[in-house]
Amino acid sequence: MDRRAFLKSSLSAAALGAAGPVSLAFAAAPPGANYRNLLVLIELKGGNDGLNTVVPFADATYYALRPGIAIARDAVVGISDSVGLHPALAPLAPFWKDRELAILQGVGYPAPNLSHFRSIEIWDTASASEIYLEDGWLTRAFAAAPPPRGFAADGVIIGSSDLGPLAGGGTRAVALASTEQFLRQARLATPSGVAQNKAFQHILKVEADILQAAAGLDARHAFRTEFPPGAFGGAIRTACQVIANPAGVAVVRVSLSGFDTHVGQPATQARLLGELAQGLAALKSALDEIGRWNDTLILTYAEFGRRPRENLSKGTDHGTASAHLALGGRVAGGFYGEQPALDRLSGDGNTGHALDFRSVYATVLEKWWGIPAQATLGGRFTPVPFLRA
Amino acid sequence: MDPVPRNAVAVLAAALVLAAMPAAAAPNAVLGYDDARHLLVRTGFGPTDAEVRAYAPLTREAAVDRLLREVRTVALTAPPATATDTAPLRPPRPDTATQAERMAFVRQQTREGLELRAWWVQEMLATPSPLTERMTLFWHNHFVSGQPKVRISRLMYRQNVTLRAYALGNFATLLHAIAKDPAMLVYLDGVQNRKGAPNENFAREAMELFTLGEGHYSEQDVKEAARAFTGWSLERDAGRFVVRPFLHDDGVKTVFGKSGRYDGDAVLDLLLARPETALHVTEKLWREFISPDPDPSEVRRIATRFRASNYEIAAALREILLADAFYTSTNRGVLVKSPVEFVVGTLRVFGLRVEHALPFAIAAAGMGQNLLSPPNVKGWPGGEAWINTTTLLARKQFVERLTRADEMMSPVAMMTPVAMTAAAATTLPVAADTGGARVGAQAMPDRASNRAAAPGNGVDDEKARQQRLRREMERGLASVHLDSARWLAQFPGTTPGERAREAQRLLLATAPQQTADLDVDSLALVRGFVLDAAYQLK
Repeated sequence: MDRRAFLKSSLSAAALGAAGPVSLAFAAAPPGANYRNLLVLIELKGGNDGLNTVVPFADATYYALRPGIAIARDAVVGISDSVGLHPALAPLAPFWKDRELAILQGVGYPAPNLSHFRSIEIWDTASASEIYLEDGWLTRAFAAAPPPRGFAADGVIIGSSDLGPLAGGGTRAVALASTEQFLRQARLATPSGVAQNKAFQHILKVEADILQAAAGLDARHAFRTEFPPGAFGGAIRTACQVIANPAGVAVVRVSLSGFDTHVGQPATQARLLGELAQGLAALKSALDEIGRWNDTLILTYAEFGRRPRENLSKGTDHGTASAHLALGGRVAGGFYGEQPALDRLSGDGNTGHALDFRSVYATVLEKWWGIPAQATLGGRFTPVPFLRA
Repeated sequence: MDPVPRNAVAVLAAALVLAAMPAAAAPNAVLGYDDARHLLVRTGFGPTDAEVRAYAPLTREAAVDRLLREVRTVALTAPPATATDTAPLRPPRPDTATQAERMAFVRQQTREGLELRAWWVQEMLATPSPLTERMTLFWHNHFVSGQPKVRISRLMYRQNVTLRAYALGNFATLLHAIAKDPAMLVYLDGVQNRKGAPNENFAREAMELFTLGEGHYSEQDVKEAARAFTGWSLERDAGRFVVRPFLHDDGVKTVFGKSGRYDGDAVLDLLLARPETALHVTEKLWREFISPDPDPSEVRRIATRFRASNYEIAAALREILLADAFYTSTNRGVLVKSPVEFVVGTLRVFGLRVEHALPFAIAAAGMGQNLLSPPNVKGWPGGEAWINTTTLLARKQFVERLTRADEMMSPVAMMTPVAMTAAAATTLPVAADTGGARVGAQAMPDRASNRAAAPGNGVDDEKARQQRLRREMERGLASVHLDSARWLAQFPGTTPGERAREAQRLLLATAPQQTADLDVDSLALVRGFVLDAAYQLK
């Protein structure tokens, strides 16, 4: 009996031991739910500068606010007569041409919080600015409409130990640095047991989650795609390995860190956006190989954008709304939201938001997965039409 | 006492038998091994067999009173020199500091923060009164402050000293002290709360989290109370509490329907006068020490005693630890060990000496509990939330690492990637306290403080720090050796099987996930126990 078969058979025992009230707590997914549609979230940790990502080169105020760090008009990757992409995002030009890249401008929320921790918590839990919630927005969504039990996991978090949108609750979230390492560690999980109380039952459920993920993720797909070197390229490779598993997974999150560019932003951001763009290009290529590009939606997010006016260290301080990207075979390319109004900054020098991030989430829940959004998001948020039917 | 039942059927049978009997309040009966173990596990960190045996012949009352008598108010371990330095703090001034000065400050505070964590873990390992540290940690998670926002590690140290000084002292005194605590004044924006521009952060959390609990105050109460706290500030260079009368709003405030020219102390007294405060704190003590499901009538009873004692914490805790619910069989093994309890408890129960405690603070952080840096003002949610796929694997790797066969303990084996724990494989949350890229569950300075020390992008710094911490943790784990045969030899019994059963009785609060195979070598036996799901519970 090989190890994988062992894991699979022991899994059913684990499920028996751990199940009971835990699984009963979940409602059945609504009939329309389609978790074969995959969501890939890419967190730009530290708060990417949206203004130098989607550059408003026709706006004189932009150059007035950023004499030291603005991207020159002739350097941008032109995508419209007033806006261009950061030059490091050149690998994304084909996506734009093929209308598979949506640019969401001014994504934020009312009463923005400028602390990294608090603001990412607001995004991860999809709460209002002054409300503290414990569970991630995907955790709440999956509690109401669980992905198929047969999936390797509901979600896989790559390269980070905080579960973000999958935190809390009964969701089957697995965090791993690499599939190989996870499979090694998973051997420490014990396949069965008799729960003697609620806490014990929870631990057995987590052990079962680990084993189920290990069983499902034990796929060593040989991609022809060459993944970029570096940590992010490695994370994208791991993401592709996870996605290639036949068992399925509803969401994968990858993180790219270092966007907190208070100092010397141009070099840092260029490097990071380059990694991002090359990673995304590799991701598309790999997803094409396994025939998943048309049922994958890639979304970037971050705690906030950065202040329009540059600081004295050739950097930018914490801001509010920012630009984000949506990519995929069924994305309706184009602009959504509004270009930031740089002539109408708030008292602390920040922009207002044009799109509530919860509207972006509503798009995922209702239009991508076909599950209700209102209860999960704590209110009615109108989806943004960046998906083709 | 009966040995710990070895399988679920036995547990079930035992539970049924106990359930059929009237709850026996037996203050005069001696604890015996299992109850003594339960008491010491719940109030400490991994008691040793000898410690349990010392308490076994005592009555409940004698045992609890001894625990309370041995409580300390100061740490045994000498604090890091930087923590007690009295030189002016001189944080970089927002208007004049150079980038280099800011970066140097951030690095210095991060370093000091790590020293502080190591010191606290060292104290947990060394203290003759584990209950003191458990309660200090309890208050750290009640009166939450976090270094990422407070930034200045010396202030975090002073807060820790205050929490320990009153850990089993008077709650009212502690509340008043915390309201004037410099770290708290920074953490909940008290320093920015001034006449004409009140900041409600502290007033709100004081009601919601520190005293009354949600639903027992109005928005108007918060607004009015915030005015009362205006002018409570910090002397910049000494980092000491100071009242600035010109920033204080001395007008009439109306809180809970009472009006007066209240200051902060007066509002705290109004909060202490409400019955909800004792109920709220008692319920939290119940969840910490007894079970996740407080018994409302018992909570009322204990809260009444607590209030009648003028908020003597020891009085409340004594009731908690003498309650029948504390000892009842259905409440055994129902609580999840926190990462700090898991790590410190493992070192203590096996009598493992460590040279430096920092690696173990890092290990706990990798399991989700980064001391001095709770995730937010509500603290670590605890309970089942401690355990997810990542943290469970981090825990298992930690104990697996300590129970490796000796031939694996060569330095070469230590440094391979395989030897890294789950925590080290991902981002270590302790690495960046006050600057650099935000990592893990780490908060960054808030808006105001961020202006004071805008951190650099520090990406490479951050990577280097991460690597250094990983190596540090590796070295720390590699330096610890568990002599399982010798450890098992301490237990009474004439056969290895008998000793193994006694070891299980000490290590596991409930029957194991899988019936232990007692007929294996000592290391495999111990590894089986510590990798079992039951070892996560207390």
